[in-house]
Amino acid sequence: MTFRFNTFGAVALLASSLHAMPAFAETTLNVVMQAPLRTLDPILSTAQIVRTHGFMVFDTLLGMDAKYNPQPQMADYGVSADKMTYTFTLRDGLKWHDGTPVTAEDCVASIKRWAANDGAGRTMMTYVASIEATSDKVLVIKLAKPFGQVLELLAKPSPVPPFMMPKRLAETPAGKQVAEMVGSGPFRFVAEQYRPGDQAVYLKNKDYKPRSEPMSWTAGGKVVNVDKVVWKAMPDMQTSINALQSGDVDLIEQVTIDLLPLLKTNDEIKTGAINALGSQVTGRFNHRLPPFDNPKVRQAAMYALDQDQLMQTAIGDGQYYKLCASVYGCDVPLASDAGSEYLKGSAKERLAKAKELLKASGYDGTPVLMMQPTDLTILSTQPIVAAERLREAGFKVDVAAMDWATLQSRKNSTQQVAQGGWNMLFTYWGVSGIWNPTVHALLDGSGSETAWSGWPRNARVEELRTAFLTASTLDDQKKIAREIQQIAYDEGFYFNAGEFQSVAAWRANLKNLQPGPLTLFWGVGK
Amino acid sequence: MASYFLRRLLMAIPVMFFVALFVFLLLRLTPGDPAQAIAGDQATPAQLAAIRENLGLDKPIASQFAAWISSMAEGDFGHSLISQRPVLEMIGQRIGPTLALAVMAMIFTVIISLPLGVLAAWRHGGLVDRFVMALSVVGFSVPIFVIGYVLIAVFAVDLKWFPVQGYKPLTEGFGPFLHRILLPGLALSFFYIALVSRMTRASMLEVMREDYVRTARAKGLGERIVLFRHALRNAAIPILTVVGTGFAMMVSGVVVTETVFNIPGLGRLVVDGVLARDYPLIQAIILLTAGTYVLINLVIDLSYALSDPRIRYQ
Repeated sequence: MTFRFNTFGAVALLASSLHAMPAFAETTLNVVMQAPLRTLDPILSTAQIVRTHGFMVFDTLLGMDAKYNPQPQMADYGVSADKMTYTFTLRDGLKWHDGTPVTAEDCVASIKRWAANDGAGRTMMTYVASIEATSDKVLVIKLAKPFGQVLELLAKPSPVPPFMMPKRLAETPAGKQVAEMVGSGPFRFVAEQYRPGDQAVYLKNKDYKPRSEPMSWTAGGKVVNVDKVVWKAMPDMQTSINALQSGDVDLIEQVTIDLLPLLKTNDEIKTGAINALGSQVTGRFNHRLPPFDNPKVRQAAMYALDQDQLMQTAIGDGQYYKLCASVYGCDVPLASDAGSEYLKGSAKERLAKAKELLKASGYDGTPVLMMQPTDLTILSTQPIVAAERLREAGFKVDVAAMDWATLQSRKNSTQQVAQGGWNMLFTYWGVSGIWNPTVHALLDGSGSETAWSGWPRNARVEELRTAFLTASTLDDQKKIAREIQQIAYDEGFYFNAGEFQSVAAWRANLKNLQPGPLTLFWGVGK
Repeated sequence: MASYFLRRLLMAIPVMFFVALFVFLLLRLTPGDPAQAIAGDQATPAQLAAIRENLGLDKPIASQFAAWISSMAEGDFGHSLISQRPVLEMIGQRIGPTLALAVMAMIFTVIISLPLGVLAAWRHGGLVDRFVMALSVVGFSVPIFVIGYVLIAVFAVDLKWFPVQGYKPLTEGFGPFLHRILLPGLALSFFYIALVSRMTRASMLEVMREDYVRTARAKGLGERIVLFRHALRNAAIPILTVVGTGFAMMVSGVVVTETVFNIPGLGRLVVDGVLARDYPLIQAIILLTAGTYVLINLVIDLSYALSDPRIRYQ
């Protein structure tokens, strides 16, 4: 007995003596991000984690506020009366992290690199006559023909935001990642402590001069209240939750919904949405291959699928998802109910309609190859549920289980199914990446090889998307967006499977977490 | 002896070449695209093509292999396709935690399983023996992640003796290092404790039936000396073989423990590399692992040759 007491006593003593108790004066924010950071170039990558990293290190000429309006950030701007000339004047005191001043030349090179890599940016450049630095602090964009989205695109927080970088980095050839993380943003990247896929460390950029306006999404003053931010990748959610509860980490960017009850009973933990915009789950049809090369078959499939069923199986708790018809996101200015007839009625009623439409479509029993990513929790259930509903409607469906990397690669195949093609897949898009027809990749109606997988072809949609670029008022934009949405439903561009909200969890001692279109690390303190 | 060593060393070269060829082809035949891992899900085909061209993935497989194998011959393991960092640097960042974890688990294994095995053999058929055997069945049967979560729940969450996750290198002090590595080491050791204690028991039982043990007892030696000086020494060879093999298995199979305790080791790096289709990284890790096994086998063969001259002349 004495032996046992001594042993346990010794272990307890040893364990407590091993506690590291350094009294650091610096404030460190330890965060578990929603995905590991494996690559760093925020212009080359469309991944959400790389975009969030981009907003740490880099800055943008304009920011987007909570009302979806472009606002000055690195630069103040002026627009000519004919809206053909945009002049940007860099604010005073801007410095790259290597200590050199930010110049207009740097920004011109950065805009060109961004435009070469971003779909909407490429579109903009077809309207641009010139982009020039007229002095160290002034750059001018002159349009060749009217284009109403210049400010919106330069302010967009969605993939890919136009991050500014030194000219020597911005001139990196297409397809190659930049070699250094030198930006002018509110945090400096600590390259020596970066472990790809595991850890990224950022220090407060003490040279950063925030704007004087209040913070609002990516606009306003980016006031940093911590000395250091450490991103940690934790592949196991239970480990992340343990770490949060014990105080090892301060914030989990995205908690699995089914584990939330573990946190809700803990007074030291708060949960909620810090990403103000949700994500839309999308069931994409391959328009090039039978049976979904037939619009009637696509319509039948849309009636067969059920938003609520798909969200229930993926998310479960109704307070974390929304059902709406809007293809641009449920709560954005362009949201409308166009096409909602495809979503109305009970699951049973719509299934009956699906059977009827499928019968009338001349469907010949060609099997549907549905791809299922088994390693991505948020998307692993929808293909199973959708396949079952399609079978009930009369489709033959094969579900092909694969990892996400294989799915991403296979979705680019335009071959027949037997040669590695596909018929249907599910993915999800942050609302910040789909909130208007210019940035929404799934509404591309060109059917071209350069479009995102699925390749729908519709000339009217392309006309409307072009018209949207020159629409001068919000009312005009809404009208155009509505018509595009209706066609997207009628033609079965994709099935809008609902919008979910990612839920974060953080220690109660964190103050002033900023809501935004992505997780923002300015404003917050502890 | 020197010619035997040279001959065995030369034989290792084609082995390594075929491992390299096999790994290279296997990865290229696996569906997936590193360009997509870099550019993300929303990238257009044009962006992906530009990245592929930049990485040289648009070239024929034969020329990709030739370029890789020639740079390997010069000791250049290449750069990660995804992070653009030298793969040796990435492996160097991650091998420390994995080795630390394996060494800690091996220490637990040896200090717990050997006495248990000896005790079970000594009290063969009794309560102690049954208890040790039952414990080893549990060690074999319960998955490491369950053991890990239980240890975390008890010692980290409830008692707060240890942190729930993470790793501190030795450079940050022995105390913090030990504080973080004890629990994962214990979790990882459970299976090996079961294995080695069973092996020790079986080996000890065999040895204890030998005449020299009976003689030692007949001489009037105490049980402690009989057990540890006479029996255990002679039973040690199969035990050491299992311990040695177990260590190699630990290094190459720690991914679950690393995941549960969030240790940035080699196991997680491999999984990350596979998920992102980071060919040079996976190739380098597999080749280095294969090289280690080849080297270990070479050393074992050489030790056989040293102990048995007939092997040298075959």
